[in-house]
Formats: sequence, structure tokens, C-alpha cells
Amino acid sequence: MGAYRIGIDVGGTHTDAVLLDQNNRVLSETKSSTTVDVATGIYQAMHEVITNSDVSREDIGYAMLGTTHCTNAIVERKGLNNIAVVRIGAPATLAVKPLVGVPDELRIALGKYVYLVRGGHEFDGREIVSLDEAHLYQIAEEVKGHVDSIAITSVFSPVSRDHEERARNIFNEVLGDEVAISLSSEIGSVGLLERENATILNASVVNVAKTAADGFINALKNEGIEAKVFFGQNDGTLMSVDYAVKYPIFTVACGPTNSLRGASYLGDLSDAIVVDVGGTTSDVGVLINSFPRESSLEVEIGGARTNFRMPDLVSIGLGGGTIVRIQEDGEFTIGPDSVGYHLPEKALIFGGDTLTTTDVAVALGKVELGDPSKVAHLDKGLLTRVYLKIVELVEEAVDKMKTSAEPIPVILVGGGSILLPTELKGASQVIRPEHSGVANAIGSAISQVSGQIEKIYLFDEIGREDALEWAKAEAKGEAINAGADPDSLVIVDIEDVPLAYLPGGATRVRVKAAGELSQ
Amino acid sequence: MRKIGKQEIEDIAVGAALLGTGGGGDPYIGKLMALQAIEEYGPVTLLDVDEVPDDALIVPSSMMGAPTVMLEKIPSGEEAIEAFQKLEEYLGKKIYATFPIEAGGVNSMLPFALAARLGLPVIDADGMGRAFPELQMVTFYLDGISATPAVIADEKGNTALLSTIDNVWTERIARAATIQMGGSVMNAMYSMTGKNLKESGISNILKLEEEIGKTIRLAKANNVDAIQEVLKTVGGFELFQGKVTDINRKTESGFAKGIATFEGLNDYKDETLQLRFQNEHLLAQTDKRLLCVTPDLIAVLDSETGLPITTEGIRYGSRCVVIGIPCHPKWRTEKGIETVGPKYFGYDVDYTPVEELVNKEVTK
Repeated sequence: MGAYRIGIDVGGTHTDAVLLDQNNRVLSETKSSTTVDVATGIYQAMHEVITNSDVSREDIGYAMLGTTHCTNAIVERKGLNNIAVVRIGAPATLAVKPLVGVPDELRIALGKYVYLVRGGHEFDGREIVSLDEAHLYQIAEEVKGHVDSIAITSVFSPVSRDHEERARNIFNEVLGDEVAISLSSEIGSVGLLERENATILNASVVNVAKTAADGFINALKNEGIEAKVFFGQNDGTLMSVDYAVKYPIFTVACGPTNSLRGASYLGDLSDAIVVDVGGTTSDVGVLINSFPRESSLEVEIGGARTNFRMPDLVSIGLGGGTIVRIQEDGEFTIGPDSVGYHLPEKALIFGGDTLTTTDVAVALGKVELGDPSKVAHLDKGLLTRVYLKIVELVEEAVDKMKTSAEPIPVILVGGGSILLPTELKGASQVIRPEHSGVANAIGSAISQVSGQIEKIYLFDEIGREDALEWAKAEAKGEAINAGADPDSLVIVDIEDVPLAYLPGGATRVRVKAAGELSQ
Repeated sequence: MRKIGKQEIEDIAVGAALLGTGGGGDPYIGKLMALQAIEEYGPVTLLDVDEVPDDALIVPSSMMGAPTVMLEKIPSGEEAIEAFQKLEEYLGKKIYATFPIEAGGVNSMLPFALAARLGLPVIDADGMGRAFPELQMVTFYLDGISATPAVIADEKGNTALLSTIDNVWTERIARAATIQMGGSVMNAMYSMTGKNLKESGISNILKLEEEIGKTIRLAKANNVDAIQEVLKTVGGFELFQGKVTDINRKTESGFAKGIATFEGLNDYKDETLQLRFQNEHLLAQTDKRLLCVTPDLIAVLDSETGLPITTEGIRYGSRCVVIGIPCHPKWRTEKGIETVGPKYFGYDVDYTPVEELVNKEVTK
């Protein structure tokens, strides 16, 4: 089996693919439209990127997919599993039932079988009450034949996962392996409702992920490629197919993350701000030690509040297809609407009838594209004001993401990045690397494998240093389990946040380790 | 007298987050509890203070412990009922109504969750006009009202009846018990009469919170500057506009203490604000000037949405407007300053009212 890699990133507008050699050099790249069924677009892109290079199929040993399958399924409420929601925590937690605050449609789709079971733990690991196993057996019998996935959440499972694991064993015993089981302790952090929502969403897209994985593997087979298959996840690292099918929720924001990781590689920088300019929006994120900075806030997915690891991003309604409107008095607006992937028909420079940001850049000679004579009649002074405003929008977003006033390198990637100048306020340098149009697919291909743990430790009892060492060792263990080479592991993130109003130095510790794929 | 339904709860929760001055726990979970209770049991009656008979027994319903624990181990709803029933049993008298002990944070919402279930009215008053971290930090304490007899209750069915020599001891004993009970409990303490509340409480505070929430909601809908509108509503002052450049947190004896540093933006360029907090925001100063200090209220609002940000929610890069609001006159008395002024929290500055500090700037 070879050491070459295929990386594919499925976005809302484009499906990008790259083929890299063993030194991560780009051998070929392609950008094609995302198809309605998604899979066709993947096949096309994969086929194209392979045929465009002279690489023998035996040399391709790894295939990485970043996909929006699961995100779309949640947002469109399509193809979701029949699930049961099991919360272990009664008599606590009854004052706020599961799926509260989740949009009605989603609540109706996912809330058919909801159970509250006695059990759960205190913040320091004691049991609230012992687990009601008889109730779990009864639930298992009740949902038999009605659900294909179960979401289990237990109070303070980030501290002790005993009850969740016991519940999983009971469901396995009664229902067999056919019913997929999602445990909240493996998905989210402290904050019951958010973690429960994330677990429920995860359970609901297990089949979607399975279909995507099977499709991807079959596509590879059709091309005659035998490769190890991985999925990109939100934190910029990879997971195996088995893991992805168990925890598909971790794929929902891998797109922007892949762009950040690809930008880091292409720009050869580990700490920078990345601006990924698409057709409709631009995402601005921060690279720290070559990984995206993660959001510390709750994130809504399909209208449900969740709390698992997601990149910290600012999105602005500015892309290559953003519509510019000029009023009679010379005032103008930029977006937020866009012609999106209709740019090749709608933009003035392509003979269309809509003034877009791309037209503005072409008219001012910033970019060579299409037919400049079609925008030559426009008022340059006015367009210059529009362009300055576009740049200002980006500069503001960059500034928002900075952690200090110090200038910081900015890497521009994405199809629309040609619009932007190579000087930006607040940037020590602006880099638009080669292959920046497919940075996301490259990010997908070069990803490492990671492991993360999050727990509450009592610093007064075990000491901060010991607790952190402990956590680091556990995170490394997780990464090795996920397929990382133990020798290449580094700790990429440590965070400890004390819990207010509690003595004992109760502190939430989160550690992430990452390393290269073990060969 | 009027009814409080779901929209009112939503608005009050936003106001409660603001008057929580960064602490008091995120009202979110309390809001969900109140909404679920109203959905199941119907709207809650809200009484003005003067609608309460002088001799009526009234008891605030509140939580004690770590809001983070509450976000994980959500209450059952029975704890608060249990605490009230045990206290009624001990006192041999029915409770007429309940009210929030503090208007800021999660405790603003919990009386509604209980009231809906028990069919009790809620009174539009509290004992702080904001949020503070310790049990004795209520205007009732200034007037010598005892926190005990008090009942604390957990979701497992444990209750503890406390009788203490003073309110500082109540704080100590109750907090120790709270840890054993799992880090978050419901209280029935500071039982009093309607007359007590009229004399010692802070009235119409829920109305103010509802107004704050409504102002921010409507500002968003009408595309006007939410923060300026809020300042008018609360009679407050803009202290600073800036971006968080550093945040330093540590835990000392159960309290999250810290300093957030803001770099000035717009009119405040070249200035640096330091915001000191112990759960709540307590002191705001630049290199040159003191801007606002406890017990006056300091709130940090998101520049874009106008929504309040908690001390735990402050993070690198947040763009904020820091505002100061005069506290209730009861806190500006000698005993008030002694109880919740800067010296009590370990800051070596004298209390000066925010309006004087702001005016100093104008004449500078």
C-alpha cells in the first residue's frame, strides 16, 4: 500500500479534491460543484483528481473525507434515525426535560421515546442515587424494534461515566449490536442540556454517516484504490471510519477547520489568522500551534444548543459572489446576499446582470478575470469606496479574532481570496499561498490524529501539577487509541477553568494531544 | 397584580443577566425551569409590594452553590417545594407568596418556577437590586432580619433546618452543607412579613428587568443601539468600550476571582481598563482613574448584541461596552458599604458613587 493521500472536502458550493505525495506535495487538484446527492460530486472530484495525475492507484494508501452530510441532515431534518433519548439523573434534572428549547420540528422528529432514569453522579464523583437497572431493562424491551439508535446522557458523566457505560451494556445485551449507542461522556463537556442535545444529534445521524462512509469506500473501490479511510473532524484531526460512524457529530464543522489546517500547511505557519473567502461568506479563524482555536461558547446546530468541540470562527456575509447595490445618491450596500455558485452566469464580467464583489475587484484591476470591458463603464471613484469597505469588513473580522494588538500574519485561502489585497491593517504579513483555492481539501489530507479528555479535578486534593500530568497522559492514550503514532504525539491544548462558588479547587481540565498517523 | 407568562420570563431573564453584573449564575437554566413550570401549571401572578398584607408570611426561594453544578445537575423542582413545606411546618404558618432574594442571575428565575408549581404569587421585589455572592449580602441584613430559621434541600430528599446566631454563620454552615448535598441546593431562608419587605426590600425590580429585556429585544428588532437604550432604562453610564486582551482567573476559597484587561476602542483608544471580579464584577479602573466600584453595578455588554456577558463568558477578543449603574440607596449607607463595599472584597479603595466618578471625568 502506498503513502500517497487523497483529500476531499465537500462544501455547500464546491467539492474539492487533492492528491498529495508522501511528502504532502500537491500532485493534482480539482474543484467541482457539490451535487444535490453529494455522493456524485465526490465520485466526480475523486475520479478527476486521480486521472489528472500519473499516479498509480497502488500508491494511494490514504483517503480523507471532510463532509457536510451530517450537518445537512440535521439542518434539513432528512434521513434522521429513529432514536430513544435516555437521561440518567432522576430525581435531579426533572425541572427541565430533554429537548426543551430545541426547535419543534426537531423535537417531534427525535422526541418520540424519551426516558428519565434514576442515577447519575455528583460533581465530585459520588453517586446521586444508584442506577435503576430494572428501568433500563424495561426501556430496552419497550424500544426494541422501534429505534435504531439510542442517546444516553448521565448527570456529571464527564466526571464519572460508570452509569452511562452500564446503561450501554444493558441496551447491548437486550438489543444486540444493531442498535447504535451514543454516550454523552464521549461527546460533550459539562453542561447537561447542551451535552444531551449533542448526543441526541449524534444518535440521529449515525445512519447518515454510515451511508456516507460506505459510499466513499465504494467509490474508492470503483477506482481500484485500496486505501485506509479517514474522516475529518471539527478540531482539525482525523478519525477512523468506525469512530466516525459512532461519533458523526464531530464532522459537522470540519469544513472551515480543514481550511485552517490547509492554510497552516500551505503558508508554513503555526500561528496565524486565516481568512477563508468562499462564494457567499468568509470564515475567519485563528491558528494556534497549527490547530484552530476552539470556541468556549455554546454552539447552535440546527437550532439546538450544544457544547462539544468546535472551531472558534467569525463568519461575515462577504464572498466572491456577494451582491453590491449602488443607490442613486451614490450610497451602496454590500450583501449579505450572494449569487453564490451562479457567479459564472450572473457576474457582469461573465456577461451577467448582477454587480458582485468580483466585478468590483476586476474593474479596479485588482484581479484578472472574465471580460474587464464589461465593467469599464463603472465609476472608479465609487468602486474604490466599495472596495475599501470590503477590505475594512475583513480587517474588522481579523481584529475581532486577535488576542492582542500585536500584528499577526494573515493567510488568505478559498476561491474568493483573490479579491483581497496583500496588505491588511493589523497583519504583519498577508500570505496567499499557492493552491490556496483548495486549502480545505489539503487540510483534510494532511490531518493528524488526536485524543482529548475533559474532566473535573479537585486541585486541593491532588494538586494542579499532578492533575494536569494525569490529564495529559490520558489525552495521549486517547490519541494512540485513535491511531496516532506514540512517538509523534504533542500536547496541543491545555485549559483549566475553576468552577465558581465551589471549594476544593474543583477545576474543569481539558487537554488535547495530537500526532501523525501511525504507519 | 398581573400575570407573568413566557414572553415576560424571557425578558426578565435578560434583565437578570444584566443586573447579575457578570455573576449570579447564567439565568438560562432558571429560565428553562420557569418556562417548563409555566407550561405545565400556567402563568404566575405578580404582586406589587403594596398588594401584600403587612402580616403575611413571605419567603424568597433561591439556590445556593455552584451555578456550574446546576447546569449539569439540574434541579428536580421538588427541592424548593420541600424547603417551603419544611419551613411552613416549623413555623406553623402558611406562606403567602415568594420573591427573589436577588434580582441578578439564576435566582431571579427560580421563584417563578416554584410559584407556578405551588400556585403562589411572586412579589415584585428583591433584597439586592443586583447579585452578590454571600448570604448576608442582602438589604434585609442591614435591617437586622435574620436568615434563619432556614431550610436547605437537595434533590435526593435531604433537608437541613438551620438556626444560627447571625447571617454570616448561616452563610458558613449552609455552604458547608451545600457541598455535602452535591454542590447545588434550594433554600427557603429570610422568611419575613409583608411589612418587612415593604421597609427593607427593593421594589419594582422585576419590572425594571422586564423593561431591560424588552429594550434590548426591541432595539434589535428596530435596529437601534441597544446599549444606549439600556443606559436610559437603567439610568446608567457608559464607562468604557474595548476589547478583552487578557483574562486571569483563579479560585480562592470557593470564589472565582480574577482580572480582565480591556484595551480601549473608539473614544477610549490608548486607555486600558482593568475589571476585577469575584463572581460578580466589582471594580473597574483605568491606569489613571477609578470608574466604578461595588456596590454600584458594573455590567459588561457585548458591543454588537447589547447582551450582558458573565465573568465566566468573558474571553480573549470579546468586544464589549462596560457600563456602570448606581446601586440602590440602601447600599450606600454606612452599614451597606461595610457589608458589600470595596474593602469587604479586599480592594483598597474608598467607595465613591459612580455618578461622581463619571462627573470627575467630564470636568477633567
